[in-house]
Amino acid sequence: MFRNVEELIQLCEDKNCSISEVMIKQEMEVHERSREDIIAQMEKNLDVMERAANRGIIEQVRSVSGLTGGDGKKLHEYMQLNDTLSGHVMLDAVSKSMATNEVNAAMGTICATPTAGSAGVVPGTLFAMKEKLNPSKEQMIRYLFVSGAFGYVIANNASISGAAGGCQAEVGSATGMAAAAIVEMAGGTPKQSGQAMAMALKNMLGLVCDPVAGLVEVPCVKRNAFGASNALVAADLALAGIESRIPCDEVIDAMYRIGETMPSSLRETGEGGLAATPTGRRYQEQIFGSGSK
Amino acid sequence: MKFRSVFDIIGPVMIGPSSSHTAGAARIGLVARQLFQKKPTWVAFHLYGSFAKTYKGHGTDVALVAGVLGYDTHDERITNSFEHAKANDLSFSFHEEEAHLDHPNTVKIRLGNEDDEMELIGISIGGGKVEVKELNGFDLRLSGNHPAILVVHDDRYGTIASVATKLAQNEINIGHMEVSRKEQGKEALMVIEVDENIDEYTISDLTKLEHVKKVTKIHE
Repeated sequence: MFRNVEELIQLCEDKNCSISEVMIKQEMEVHERSREDIIAQMEKNLDVMERAANRGIIEQVRSVSGLTGGDGKKLHEYMQLNDTLSGHVMLDAVSKSMATNEVNAAMGTICATPTAGSAGVVPGTLFAMKEKLNPSKEQMIRYLFVSGAFGYVIANNASISGAAGGCQAEVGSATGMAAAAIVEMAGGTPKQSGQAMAMALKNMLGLVCDPVAGLVEVPCVKRNAFGASNALVAADLALAGIESRIPCDEVIDAMYRIGETMPSSLRETGEGGLAATPTGRRYQEQIFGSGSK
Repeated sequence: MKFRSVFDIIGPVMIGPSSSHTAGAARIGLVARQLFQKKPTWVAFHLYGSFAKTYKGHGTDVALVAGVLGYDTHDERITNSFEHAKANDLSFSFHEEEAHLDHPNTVKIRLGNEDDEMELIGISIGGGKVEVKELNGFDLRLSGNHPAILVVHDDRYGTIASVATKLAQNEINIGHMEVSRKEQGKEALMVIEVDENIDEYTISDLTKLEHVKKVTKIHE
């Protein structure tokens, strides 16, 4: 059993195995399930993610409120026709992250990673890596176990809830999880995965949860977009051998303590930040009527 | 450890947009349906706190109806549940309540048919996880961190022992248990938190026990 990132990486080094393998073995032991059973369940989740991301870049999805939809598709079309500034892999990840969250906002089927509001980052980066690295199905499933291993540590030592810890706990966690998973898929070491997670999450610290009209749409869709780009950069930094001065577990602890001191108006109440701007309030009234809070 | 499985992090598969306001709402509705067991002909949802304020934008309303129709969080029929309700002769109503309860995402569900009626108060605690706070006036206390079952039974001697024995035979360890009743010799309720996930066979075994009326799984 691992309780933090240090123990997770130590287990990998002691047993000379990957992070995904440690997570699979722990799931087998704790829940007394067979490897086949666990892999099959994760493969189902992977299929749901792939359908959602593809739907969002092909279909013109639109949310019930009308606030979001179609931007993932727009970006995907732009990158096919233009010599983009950020490059193909980066925008592939960004467009698929947005697409997934737009499908979520439109009441489509998604897989929470770790929540519905942050469901874009892990699949978006995964499917961009699918194009770039040409992984096997098993490697794609392993990507989700690496993400899950780091998310498991964050959820148990800090939080993955916007109401408890702000957006840093949702999109921030998803970004760190994705960064670590990209590193393993690209052939990096478990230690480098931990470094990528630390650097990605450091850059998300303090991010507030301020959804317009209380909906999982603005700014959630675009926060997923930038989470995906952050994850890719953090993975490249780690693969280059760059290390975080602050250890990963201490970054997670810092995230937890920042969430504790965040005012409730910035923790998924729709009362502060972007939700409290004149335009944010106007959307709220348009959607829920002028009598709403 | 609050989260015990990798599938708490990578999962659940659900209909968006919100794990707390959509998936959680569907799950509470489904628990109500499972506890009622029969097909309800009417249902009333009383919404409190954040549920009352934002239920339309989050699809909380369609998710609740879908749950009562027996659809799980990943069922695509959730989005059209109002039409499915009509086709299934289920009438439904929503009531926005002003009262402030302990938890911002609270719903009271009353449902029934011509013979029977049931009332349940549920909360959605995030990530699609839910808790049942009250059932037909019985207070329930569940941590939400472990798999749990509810057993509605007649208040007779030996019933609790027979349920505990059946769990033991299936090698399921009880972590926490509560028994409550409103009146001696009438209906009683066991809330049992266990360490291992309970499969359908065990649920079916428990349902067959003498004096046991209903068994429902609350958490995975």
